[in-house]
Amino acid sequence: MTAVTDVPTAATPARKPALARLAPILLPIAILVVILGIVFWMRPIAMSYFGLTLMLKLSVPLIFAALSQMLIISQGDLDLSTGAYVGFVTCVSAVYLGSDPALGWAIIAGSVVLQGLVGLFTWLRRLPSIVVTLGMSFVWLGLALFVLPTPGGQAPNWLTAIPQWRPPYVPLPIVVAILAILVFEVTLMRSAAGAVLRGAGGNPAAVTRAGWSVAGLRTAAYVLAAICAVFSGLALSALTTSGAPNIAPAYTLLSIASVILGGGAFIGGIVSPFGTVIGAVTLTLVSSVLTFVNVPSVWQIGAQGALLVVVLLARGLVSGDRT
Amino acid sequence: MDKVIALTAVTKAFGPVRALGGVDFAIAPGEVVGLVGHNGAGKSTMVNIMMGTFPPTEGRVERGAAGEIRCVFQELSLCLNLDAAENTRLIHRSLRGLGWRRRARAMIAGRLDAIFPGHGIPPEAKLSDLPIGQRQMVEIARAFTAAEGEGPLAMVILDEPTSALGEEATQQFLAYVRKAAGEGVAIVLITHRLNEIYAVSHRIVVMKDGRSVAEGPSAELPKERLVELMGGHAVPVEGEDIPAVATRKTDPNAPVMVTLPGAVPVEARKGDIIGFTGLDGHGQREALVAIQTEGRGAKAATAFVAGDRQADGVLPVWSIAQNLTISCLATIRRGAFLSPAAERAFAEEWRERIGIRMRDIDQPLTELSGGNQQKVLFARALAAPAPIVLLDDPMRGVDVGTKAEVYQTIRNEADAGRTFVWFSTELEELENCDRVYVFREGAPVACIPREALSQDAIIAASFQS
Repeated sequence: MTAVTDVPTAATPARKPALARLAPILLPIAILVVILGIVFWMRPIAMSYFGLTLMLKLSVPLIFAALSQMLIISQGDLDLSTGAYVGFVTCVSAVYLGSDPALGWAIIAGSVVLQGLVGLFTWLRRLPSIVVTLGMSFVWLGLALFVLPTPGGQAPNWLTAIPQWRPPYVPLPIVVAILAILVFEVTLMRSAAGAVLRGAGGNPAAVTRAGWSVAGLRTAAYVLAAICAVFSGLALSALTTSGAPNIAPAYTLLSIASVILGGGAFIGGIVSPFGTVIGAVTLTLVSSVLTFVNVPSVWQIGAQGALLVVVLLARGLVSGDRT
Repeated sequence: MDKVIALTAVTKAFGPVRALGGVDFAIAPGEVVGLVGHNGAGKSTMVNIMMGTFPPTEGRVERGAAGEIRCVFQELSLCLNLDAAENTRLIHRSLRGLGWRRRARAMIAGRLDAIFPGHGIPPEAKLSDLPIGQRQMVEIARAFTAAEGEGPLAMVILDEPTSALGEEATQQFLAYVRKAAGEGVAIVLITHRLNEIYAVSHRIVVMKDGRSVAEGPSAELPKERLVELMGGHAVPVEGEDIPAVATRKTDPNAPVMVTLPGAVPVEARKGDIIGFTGLDGHGQREALVAIQTEGRGAKAATAFVAGDRQADGVLPVWSIAQNLTISCLATIRRGAFLSPAAERAFAEEWRERIGIRMRDIDQPLTELSGGNQQKVLFARALAAPAPIVLLDDPMRGVDVGTKAEVYQTIRNEADAGRTFVWFSTELEELENCDRVYVFREGAPVACIPREALSQDAIIAASFQS
C-alpha cells in the first residue's frame, strides 16, 4: 500500500467560510446598530444617560427571561411557560416578599425546584418539552391567580429601589446587560461545566457514554433557567412596583425570539449569551421605535415577529444554515 | 492477571433475544485484536459489556491491568455543537478549573498531530463546521488522549474507525495503532475492511450469531477463511482479490442522463454506473447534490441513498414500511389517500427483493441493525421511479454479505436502464463502476475507466499537484 505521509492532508475545503460562521453573531449586532440609529435619528434626546435609562429599562426583565429561555434551548428544548412563570414571580413578589419574606422566598424556591422536576421528568419520560411547558404555563397562571387574583400588591421597597439606582456614566440597564453577558459567557461558554451542559443539548448519547448523567444535567439546566426567570420576575415587579398574573405573556415568545435573533438554533444545543442579550435589547428598542411612529401596540408583536423572520432569512442567505 | 480484560462464558440476553451466547475473550497489554463478524454477530454487545455499559446476563468479566478503557463508536459519539477541546473535556474529568481549555486544546491538538500529521483541523472550530472525515479524526485522537493525574490508557476499542477517513488518513491511523500497541495499549479493532485488520492485528477473533467461532494469529486466518467463518457468503472481499467483474456492456448511444461541466466533464448515460472518488471532503458530495438539484422536477429525477444514515437518511420514529414507501407515495395512493394495504404489500415486496432481515415491517426502523437500515434506504431509492440513483458512500458500516447482495442489485438495476452515480472511497466498491471520476479540491480531475482502475491510479490523481 502506498503510504503517503509527507503530503499534507487536503482536508480543509469543506469547512464553512469565516463570514458564514460569524454571521449568527454579526447579524444581531448589525441590527442593533441600525435600530439604535433609527431611535437616535427620530429622538436625538434619547442619546443621553437618562434617555437610554428610560428607553432600556424594560429590557432588563426581558434579558433575564431570554437567558432563561436560552438555557432551555441549549438543551434542545423549548419553554412555553416562561411568560406565565415570570407573571407568577411578580405576584409572589408583590404579595409576600414585603409582608412575609421567609414565606415569599420559600414559595419561590419551591417553584424553582418544581421547574427542575419538570426538566427531569421531560427527560426521563422523553416527553416533548413544548407540550409539558405549555401545560405548566397554565399551572403557573393558575397559581399566580391564586396568589394575587387582581393586579396590584406592593413590591418590597428594597426591590423597587434597585431600578432607581443611577450608576456613574453608564446607564443601569446597560450595566445589567454587560454583567449578564459576562456571567453567561464565562459560565456557560467558557467553563468546563458549561461545556458538558451544552454537550448534553448537542448529543445526549455521547455525553452519557462519556460517563455523565444527562438527567442531572437537564435538571440543572432547568433549575438555572428558573433562577433566571425569577430574576426576570423580580426585575419586572421592581419596575411596576406591583404584580399581576397576566403581566408578561409576551415574554414567552419574545424570549424565544431573542435567543434565535441572537444566533441560537432550535436544535443541536447552539446558543450565544452575547447574541441573546443583544437580541433582547433589540426587541425592546423595536417596541420603542414602533411607539415613536405611532404604531398601535396591538401591531407591535406582529412587527417584532416580522423582524425575526427578516433576520432568519438574512442569516439563511449568508450561511446557508437551517435553523 | 496479565490481561487487560478477560470475558469468561459471557452471555447477554435482551428479553427473548440472545445477543451473546457464551463468549470467551481476553486481551493482553500491547496486543492488537481484530474482531470481525456479520452484522448482528454480537460485536457491539461485546463492546458494551467490555465498556461496562451494561452487565452480562451470565459469565464473568475480569479487569486486569489498571487503566481506562475507551471506545470509538461506529456512530460518532461527539457533540457537534462543541469544539474539539470541549469534546475532549467530556471524557476527562480532570480538565477543569482555570486554564482547562488551554490544556484540553494542547492535549487534543498534540494527539491529532501525532496520529494525523497535517490534519488541518482548526482547534476552535465547532465540529458541526467540519466534514465528517475530520470529525472522525477528532474522535480517534480523543480516544488516545491521556490526562495528567488520570490512570494510564489500558485499552482502546475502535468500532469501524476508518469508515469516513480517506486513504492517507487511514494509513496514518493504522501506523499509529501499531505505535500505541508498542507502548502497551491493548487495541480491539472492529472493521469490515479486512486489509486493515491484516495490516495491524496480532490475532483475529471471528464472531457469528453471538459466539466467537474462530480465533487465531492473523497469519493463520486468510481472508477466504474469514469470510467463510463469518457467514458463509463465499464472496471475495477486498479489491485486489475480486475476480474480474464481468465487464458490463454499456450502450454508447444511450441518452445522456447526467452531465457536470468542467475541466474533466462528468457524463453518465442511461444504464451507466459511474463512481466519484478521491479524498473525502473534496466536493464529491457537493457534486451529488448538484446533480440532485438539477434533476428536481425535471424528467431526470433522482433518488438518493445517504451514507450518513442518522443525519440524512432515516426517519427514526417511522416504521420500516413508512420509511420504505416515502419515496414513492404515488404508487400506494388510492384516490386522495394512501392505502395502508398497498403500503404493506409494497414494503413486503421490497423486503423480499433486497432481503432485509427484520421481525415485522411495522417495526420502528431504528430497531434494525446498521446494515439492515442501510438496505431499507437502498430499497427506498430503488423503489422510487427515479431514473437516476445517487449513492453517497452508501456502504458505511455495512457487512460483507450485504455488500455483495447490494452490488448485484445495483448491477441488475443498471442493466434495466437506471443510471447510478456512486460516491465511495473504497476501491472494492468502485470496481462495480463503469468509470470513476477522481475529485480534488472541489472538482473532478481525472476519469479512470474500469479497465485501468487501481488504487495507485486513484491516489496519483488525488495527490497530483
